[in-house]
Amino acid sequence: MSKVIRVVTLTIDDQEVTGREDETILTVARQHDIDIPTLCFLEGLSGWGSCRICLVAVEGVPKLLPACMTYCSEGMVVHTENEQIKAYRKSILELLFSERNHICSVCVSNGACELQALAQKCGMDHVSLPYRFPSYEVDSSHNLFRNDHNRCVLCTRCIRVCDEIEGAHVWDLADRGINAHVISDLNAPWGDSETCTNCGKCVQVCPTGALVQKGTAVAEMHKRRAFLPYLNAMRGNHG
Amino acid sequence: MSDTATKIKVATIWIDGCSGCHMSFLDIDERILELAPHIDMVYGPLVDLKEIPEGLDLVIVEGAVANDADLHHVLELRKKSKFMIALGDCAVSGNVPSMRNPIGQKDCFERAYFENADTGQQIPTNGVPALLKNAIPVHQAVKVDLFIQGCPPPADAIFFVLSELVAGRVPDPTKVTRFGA
Ligand code: SF4
Ligand code: SF4
Ligand code: SF4
Repeated sequence: MSKVIRVVTLTIDDQEVTGREDETILTVARQHDIDIPTLCFLEGLSGWGSCRICLVAVEGVPKLLPACMTYCSEGMVVHTENEQIKAYRKSILELLFSERNHICSVCVSNGACELQALAQKCGMDHVSLPYRFPSYEVDSSHNLFRNDHNRCVLCTRCIRVCDEIEGAHVWDLADRGINAHVISDLNAPWGDSETCTNCGKCVQVCPTGALVQKGTAVAEMHKRRAFLPYLNAMRGNHG
Repeated sequence: MSDTATKIKVATIWIDGCSGCHMSFLDIDERILELAPHIDMVYGPLVDLKEIPEGLDLVIVEGAVANDADLHHVLELRKKSKFMIALGDCAVSGNVPSMRNPIGQKDCFERAYFENADTGQQIPTNGVPALLKNAIPVHQAVKVDLFIQGCPPPADAIFFVLSELVAGRVPDPTKVTRFGA
């Protein structure tokens, strides 16, 4: 027997809204046209909760909570923006920009990048931390696609889409902390992957210029994500 | 001529950038006439003056801080000015000049002055300022008061920011420009 799912009433930014108790704050907010910025979240993939861009304040809870991973409950009072949240979002973006090498002016995703758009939206006008200037490989071994680690934000969308939607599970995260990076197969060049089906789903969901189509020049990489809700609907997946 | 006492004294400098930001500044075209009564350009690539004058109200920096001379200039400009703007991605983030940083100076020199030089292979040291280890954004050398992103920032963004400043307001440039714009 399936469990009974209750409908709950909560308040988001002074607006009284209803949602199901198995829905997250993010889902319910978006259903009511309340904007909460996200980066690792992508509708149609499982929640991950790593980027922390969607942090919100819930009254009575001492710390900020990720809206994409926090379920609604009766009487919850949520604030999607205040000075602390704005400062946290800026700091997260500064960390992301300082961690790798983001040179937007020469990037294939310039003008169509979720990280860049978030920086503008959140008013991140400069990175106050010292840049790391790490040295990262560009994997151009695949005959259709390229992986430029310099622009990766470790959102794991590529890992999730390849595993959950394509069923190939080419990608994984290797190492920990600041050394974490995505790898294909067991850390083989992408072009040598025995599991990749060349479907391109990872490229299309990648929020930045990390996974891109070969042959694109500056600002030419525009991602197409329409396949994701479509495939989920056709397969009867929800959430 | 309006009274120079009511004008703000402005200096601009072009360090490790391509001059595109200065070009974009000139691209505000005839709108420069709206700014002219309020500003006095006293130093920069557009002015023929060797020494940086004292008592600057506003300094606009294009380019990353990449060598000894750049560093010397921004330190001096900062000391002599009240308000400093980092104009464009090179000044704000390091941008293209900072692409050498992950490679390292030794390998860059090797490539530029040995592998790609047919004759006279040597690292130039005479009459050129020494490169810093990394090309860095201006705010990592001196305090910066306002950041205008873009490569180059659109002329409209520059005009907006400057007209707000001369009107006595400090605008938020992210409303009109972004990295890579
Ligand atoms: S991935 Fe996005 S933020 Fe990074 S360099 Fe490219 S456009 Fe800029
Ligand atoms: S192209 Fe398809 S199969 Fe290959 S890694 Fe990307 S999502 Fe997986
Ligand atoms: S490659 Fe792209 S999709 Fe994969 S983790 Fe990095 S930014 Fe995310």
